Amino acid sequence: MTDSSRPLSPHLQIYRWQITMALSILHRASGVFLTMGAVVLVVWLMAAEHGPDRYAAIQAILNTLFGKLLLLAWSGALFIHLCNGVRHLFWDAGLGFEKATSRKTGWLVVVAAIVMTAVTWLVGTGVLGAGS
Amino acid sequence: MRTPLSRVLGLGSAKDGTGHWWGQRVSAVALVVLTIWLLASLVSLNDSSHAQVVAWVASPWNAIALVLFLSSMFYHSYLGIQVVVEDYIHHDGVKVVTLILSGFLHALLVVAGVFAVLRIALGGQ
Repeated sequence: MTDSSRPLSPHLQIYRWQITMALSILHRASGVFLTMGAVVLVVWLMAAEHGPDRYAAIQAILNTLFGKLLLLAWSGALFIHLCNGVRHLFWDAGLGFEKATSRKTGWLVVVAAIVMTAVTWLVGTGVLGAGS
Repeated sequence: MRTPLSRVLGLGSAKDGTGHWWGQRVSAVALVVLTIWLLASLVSLNDSSHAQVVAWVASPWNAIALVLFLSSMFYHSYLGIQVVVEDYIHHDGVKVVTLILSGFLHALLVVAGVFAVLRIALGGQ
């Protein structure tokens, strides 16, 4: 592990950016980021369990601009991770490995995640359909 | 090169077999369904009062699905964070300590989350 005379693979900066590698990195990054969101989900559940006052307090934090931006980022990360995760499951089944196919499904993941995030927020804010 | 014993055990050079990989996939499949359900629920709960949120959590199928979501999600998260730590932390001591802390933290989070759901669902508030 510390033997520096061994050949090294090129560093990240040397590769030309491609959708496949960008999504691979994004999958890990979004996964770690979603774990932080999961902490907030647990705190939110604990606040709801504790009572109306504490629930109102956490809702107030989540309703600030910063809170909403975080929620937007977490929902976007969720859809990226979800869609790309399904892409991974297809690969695990041996499907979609061809270079052209994996690039196409990569862009499909990006478009699907953006659309799903947009629809979620448009429905959630009552702009689209009967949210609540 | 492989001894009969290693072939029978089928654990490969990582001595860990396919358990980690398989657990991550199975929890991923469960989470596809559970996550879409949770997100749709949270969207429909937008602007709800505390009483409405508590009533939603307390409804039996919601409580069941929440417990399933929390357990499979934190299991999935633990496995994912483990891979990230193993890949990017090269100092053995720091790696082991981080993995243990991650395990404790994930256990704490899943127990705290499930406990909150069960208190609401069974507490009769």
